[in-house]
Amino acid sequence: MDAILLQILNGLDKGGAYALIALGLTLIFGTLGVVNFAHGALFMLGAFCAVSLRELLTLSMKVKDESITFFDAYKEVPYLEVWFGETGTMIIDLAVPLSILFAIPIMLLIGLAMERGLIQHFYKRTHAEQILVTFGLAIVLQEIVKAYFGANPIPQPAPEAVAGSANIGALFGLGDSVVYPWWRLVYLAFSGVVIAAVFAFLQFTTFGMVVRAGMQDRETVGLLGINIQRRFTIVFGIAAVVAGLAGVMYTPILPPDYHIGMDFLVLSFVVVVVGGMGSLGGAVAAGFLLGILQSFASMNEVKSILPGIDQIIIYLVAVVILLVRPRGLMGRKGVMEG
Amino acid sequence: MAKFDTGVSRRNLLKGGLALSGALAAPTFFTRHAFGADFLNNPGNAASIKLGFNVPQTGAYADEGADELRAFQLAVKHLNGEGDGGMLNTFSSKALKGNGVLGKKVEYVTGDTQTKSDAARASAKRMIEKDGALMISGGSSSGVAIAVQGLCQDAGIIFMAGLTHSNDTTGKDRRRNGFRHFFNAYQSGAALAPVLKANYGTDRVAYHLTADYTWGWTQEESIKNATEAVGWKTAAAVKTPLGAGDFSQYITPVLNSGADVLVLNHYGKDMVNSLTQAVQFGLRDKKVNGKDFAIVVPLYSRLMAQGAGANVKGIFGSTNWHWSLKDEGSQAFVKSFGAEYGFPPSQAAHTCYVQTLLYADACERAGTFAPCEVVKALEGFEFDGLGNGPTLYRAEDHQCFKKVLVVKGNENPTSQFDLLEVVQEVPREQVTYDPNIPQFAGDLGPCNNGA
Amino acid sequence: MIAPTARNDLILIGAFAAAVLTAPLWLAPIGAGYPDLLQKFAIYGLFAIGFNILFGFTGYLSFGHAAFLGVGSYAAVWSFKLLTMNVLPAVFFAVLVSGLFALAIGFISLRRTGIYFSILTLAFAQMSYNLAYSVLTPITNGETGLQLTTSDPRILDKMAGIDYGAALPTTDLFGTEMTGYPGFYFCAVLMIIGFVIAVRIARSPFGTMLRAIKSNQNRLNYTGINTRPYALAAFVISGMYAGLAGALLACTDPLAGAERMQWTASGEVVLMTILGGAGTLLGPVFGAGVIKYFENIFSAFNHDILMSIFDFLPGWLQGIVVTVSGLFVGEGWHLTLGALFMIIVIFLPGGLMEGVGRIAKLFRKDGGAANSSVSTAPGE
Repeated sequence: MDAILLQILNGLDKGGAYALIALGLTLIFGTLGVVNFAHGALFMLGAFCAVSLRELLTLSMKVKDESITFFDAYKEVPYLEVWFGETGTMIIDLAVPLSILFAIPIMLLIGLAMERGLIQHFYKRTHAEQILVTFGLAIVLQEIVKAYFGANPIPQPAPEAVAGSANIGALFGLGDSVVYPWWRLVYLAFSGVVIAAVFAFLQFTTFGMVVRAGMQDRETVGLLGINIQRRFTIVFGIAAVVAGLAGVMYTPILPPDYHIGMDFLVLSFVVVVVGGMGSLGGAVAAGFLLGILQSFASMNEVKSILPGIDQIIIYLVAVVILLVRPRGLMGRKGVMEG
Repeated sequence: MAKFDTGVSRRNLLKGGLALSGALAAPTFFTRHAFGADFLNNPGNAASIKLGFNVPQTGAYADEGADELRAFQLAVKHLNGEGDGGMLNTFSSKALKGNGVLGKKVEYVTGDTQTKSDAARASAKRMIEKDGALMISGGSSSGVAIAVQGLCQDAGIIFMAGLTHSNDTTGKDRRRNGFRHFFNAYQSGAALAPVLKANYGTDRVAYHLTADYTWGWTQEESIKNATEAVGWKTAAAVKTPLGAGDFSQYITPVLNSGADVLVLNHYGKDMVNSLTQAVQFGLRDKKVNGKDFAIVVPLYSRLMAQGAGANVKGIFGSTNWHWSLKDEGSQAFVKSFGAEYGFPPSQAAHTCYVQTLLYADACERAGTFAPCEVVKALEGFEFDGLGNGPTLYRAEDHQCFKKVLVVKGNENPTSQFDLLEVVQEVPREQVTYDPNIPQFAGDLGPCNNGA
Repeated sequence: MIAPTARNDLILIGAFAAAVLTAPLWLAPIGAGYPDLLQKFAIYGLFAIGFNILFGFTGYLSFGHAAFLGVGSYAAVWSFKLLTMNVLPAVFFAVLVSGLFALAIGFISLRRTGIYFSILTLAFAQMSYNLAYSVLTPITNGETGLQLTTSDPRILDKMAGIDYGAALPTTDLFGTEMTGYPGFYFCAVLMIIGFVIAVRIARSPFGTMLRAIKSNQNRLNYTGINTRPYALAAFVISGMYAGLAGALLACTDPLAGAERMQWTASGEVVLMTILGGAGTLLGPVFGAGVIKYFENIFSAFNHDILMSIFDFLPGWLQGIVVTVSGLFVGEGWHLTLGALFMIIVIFLPGGLMEGVGRIAKLFRKDGGAANSSVSTAPGE
């Protein structure tokens, strides 16, 4: 029982990451009709917003370590600690949450620049060309990050306050042995909030209404004298922010390296397609569904019956769903076919 | 839709093509043997020789590859008599004079393995076929090392393995033309088990998470055997997919499995992620069966420890070498590497540097670059002064036998490089095994001169 | 560029064959004239030609073609291990096995179109890769890759009384070793045959049908034509090309690794095809050549080589130039590749072939009678 509860939590957690990336991906596709292979790179850039902010906060006074003579070894004391003492340490400790504030404007700018600079020229091109150009962009972005930050993962610890584990067993009356890391619970809550915010934004604001109308019938909305293009550009920016925030918040779980976006890219595409291209609800549902199934498939009990099932479960589910439901869980007819 | 009679034209075309290909191929058949070279890429009277350094420059091990490349470049400098000579001064064999190898200047070519067998072999073939490399070295994964070792055997040049830890490299897949200085999974187990026993006692239950490929399996088997020999039990050994990223679904079952030790048979990014997440799940603060829960990472690397940050503190593992060693050879190497690049070398850099020196020395002692003679010079070669104490290149399997380091994540690092502390230098006798035990049984085969 | 008449096709094929067979001569000046890279050019060229039949002609974007390449390699190596070191049976079995594999996957995947088809093929390929890497290790030898051993049975060789002694045997074609230049010519001849077949398909009624599927499958369905068998045929044919390419990889270098089946490998052939010009006959071969050239030559440029290249510059400038260009070669060769993809797609949507076409058009302006079509087969 507790094993199953924990696996559900693991699945939701993983699903949260998949859903956040897939949401932006499907949003871009639904509005602009562009298949964005650089979306994983946006996730990666978000993660490196967190890395950069921590580097900024821990800019250090270098004190030469005299005990080592062969090379320049330093004892590093961050300026923040030198100047503010305890307060400085606290600020550094909060680097990851602070990165959210740092990442929003940056990711928005990156998103807008990307849309205006490159994506807008590819609305009318074939999907294959969109894939190629955005894939090229993704490689360029990640190589630039690699050139600066190196290829190794860079650790980003969660704030001290949420570093431990929560005793959720007591909550469900399962005893003390059922614990779950605070940060993962935070991440889960965070992804829920972001997803809800995106939906609320599209559902309850005029801006969102226009965007949804544009997704249904772009021409008619255009004929009504609404500049749908500009709104779609902003949607691209929002999608970039969502992916970036997912990246920021994921850093304590997965120390980021330049390749982290590529690792998520294929999976998030599978999620989007399983959910149905262009369907926001589908992307979220598929994200959580695949996350949970992946967790269950990794349980020893399951693996002993079907060895290797955890390696293929996501793809297997994708195949089954696409064969049973031709357009994914919630896809509309005629999108991306033929 | 235009049509044409292919029945005739295609046949004609093929005939033409075959004739042409025959005509073009013919000269190359002759040239290959025309020099009467008695081994492949014989430098003859050339003033220089070329070595091929094949390292991962892209992908997850790119930083490790970059460090290997630095070490190679340093080794070439020292061989050519530039710089301070590094470990040439402490090396027990004095055959190398700092005037290149056999009087020829050492040059090198580089290539990207991408940590993929195919790419690594393509890159190695380029070095052999185009650049005329006499020896290939490098690598950061056992799959690649074994693939390139096989290639060098077939082509007829020497392969000096870089970082490869799988038993198979000098076990099941050992080759006459291939040599490994790095230690292996079996030696990790043999070195670690007594230290684990001393620190955690004999009454322990281990839970293994193992990367689901050859290296992971050999390490799991080795560690399992070694720890069970000191009385530990194994609760479960679970395979995890390579590059899983999030390991939470494999870690949660550990919590209630009754195990009190978690062994992470992961390397590289997998190790960074699984360790970070295991610590996050509170495993290190847990008490099971009245004992403190422990995590063990059998194969450590300093570069990867950096990625895991504070999570490595107090966690045991083994390494081939560490820059903080105090022997003369290590100090000389760290000094000249540090002076050149401004930071200490990794164990990958160390093994690559040493391998280059050992190859050069063997050529010098053999008096020729002919692979079979170099093989003879290296087989059974006993040396010292290269950082691991007295070392033997065993003839039976081309594995080096030397001290193995048991290390622990440093609780109070004093500098950004001071992540691991050496707990024990396990003597060579303790990590020596019979070359034909079942985990290692293999056949070196004959040596190959290539031509 | 050229009107698709029988005569022009003959010229095209003849020129192609001549160019391929003389490749060792004219590729040598740019550092690519050594056997391994030449073999790779031919093999991946073949792979891309086959992929183009499905993607370029029929319009189905498969993200899983590397699976067939991998299966072909495994089949070929098993043939070397069990039957004989002769390459012909290996090639035969590889094409057969990958064809059957493609039939099974194609049959299921072609129930869907567009991106749904792409994701189905991707899913199958990733499953093949993941399983080959781990639980199928008894068949594939997992991470290390399937290799020859001296203890392999090699039944046919035994019957023929061939003894390889203690060393590992090498692949051969009735006595000619398939390494080095002979290996290249073997691959090159097969690529030329593959190219001729592709030209024949493009000019046949079957090819017309494939292009009809690409331009409007619905309309075809409305007229009562069942397009699925045609698409499936194209899928299987391109799967067999991939299997042949895989077999040739094994013939020139008897080792089969699981990474050959990874999605990045599938993506690579897509990139080759688009880079060269999807739907054109020569484009995919160009694309394959460019990518392999980058992978093998650009990645090998290190600091010392750059220094010697820019030796003619004054010292301070040399330092700057080397530092800047160093970002794009050696460990940075991916950056160059990514930038190249972007530049090509932005400025030459038809791929390199469009570039060639534009240049040819410039020269032919005076003639006036220039054919406006860029590609030999109409693209979109």
